[in-house]
Amino acid sequence: MSAPFMALLLVLALGGGMPALAAIEPREFPTPEQDALYHELIDELRCLVCQNQNLAESNAPLAKDLRDEIAEMVRAGKGREEVIGFLVARYGDFVLYRPPLRRDTWLLWAGPFLLVGAGLVALAMVLRRRQAAPPAAAAPDPEALARARTLLGGDRAGGGGDRAP
Amino acid sequence: MRLGAPLRYGLPLLVFAGLAALLWQGLGRDPKLVPSPLVGKPAPAFALPSLRDPARVVGTEDMRGRVALLNVWASWCAACRQEHPFLMRLARERDIPIYGLNYKDRREDALRWLDGLGDPYVWSAHDLEGRVGIDWGVYGVPETFVLDAQGIVRYKHVGPLDEKVWRERIEPLLSRLASGEEAAR
Repeated sequence: MSAPFMALLLVLALGGGMPALAAIEPREFPTPEQDALYHELIDELRCLVCQNQNLAESNAPLAKDLRDEIAEMVRAGKGREEVIGFLVARYGDFVLYRPPLRRDTWLLWAGPFLLVGAGLVALAMVLRRRQAAPPAAAAPDPEALARARTLLGGDRAGGGGDRAP
Repeated sequence: MRLGAPLRYGLPLLVFAGLAALLWQGLGRDPKLVPSPLVGKPAPAFALPSLRDPARVVGTEDMRGRVALLNVWASWCAACRQEHPFLMRLARERDIPIYGLNYKDRREDALRWLDGLGDPYVWSAHDLEGRVGIDWGVYGVPETFVLDAQGIVRYKHVGPLDEKVWRERIEPLLSRLASGEEAAR
């Protein structure tokens, strides 16, 4: 496969995972900051109906209503926190793809780091034990060695393997 | 340091058992159920035209004073049709007012539904645009809220109400609320 073709495939493969921004209705805001805030919010907030989509991607009627609501709040000059607070008061933390750090969510945030930490500690313990252990297979017992030789028929020089009689 | 055999074999087994228990519990949950932040809070205020008489305004204030149900419904909602006979039975057999929030529905469709299937509601508020629905955190019709006499949301059920939900969830709550009021008197 040629390099340009590979590059094309790569672009297609990566592009396929992008949110289909074209699906949502166009909206106009008085300032570019409000436009940016609106898009940031609908990218970050979760649709209640189709649960693995954000509000920007979802075609559910409720998602559209919520986009209307958010657009109106943004136009009215409401800030990020106000809009998020509005939705959380009605739908709960569920709408947040980025849950807040609280007493009942700390494990969610710290969990992965705790697991990596536990893994590192275990690894360190294993490594240290391996270092401290005496080198394996020290000089073998000469007596046992001699016995092994006799058993293997060690007097025959360079035994040529098994042969049928 | 050498791990003893019990620890060496027991620990992974323990970790496995813990993880399995956690995941098993997760399997039993319905991911579609979103806990409502409204439970324990005053019912969101609204004032909407009544479905039957658009000149009349109905709202949260009218539901206060008694333990009541607010049922969110729409004529386009298939699960509401499934739920409807049970609501009719409640209205006949139980002494609890049922209020309706008709959500994103055309008035004539909604009225045809009530006239055809029966009307279990004291009144239905007409939420054509779904703005009140958003205030109540509605995301899947039908939904039913239990309100106490002070207008506090005590419970929310998402999906059709039926005998099982009523017996297991709502009836115990109602008797708790009733005994609480007795005590307060």
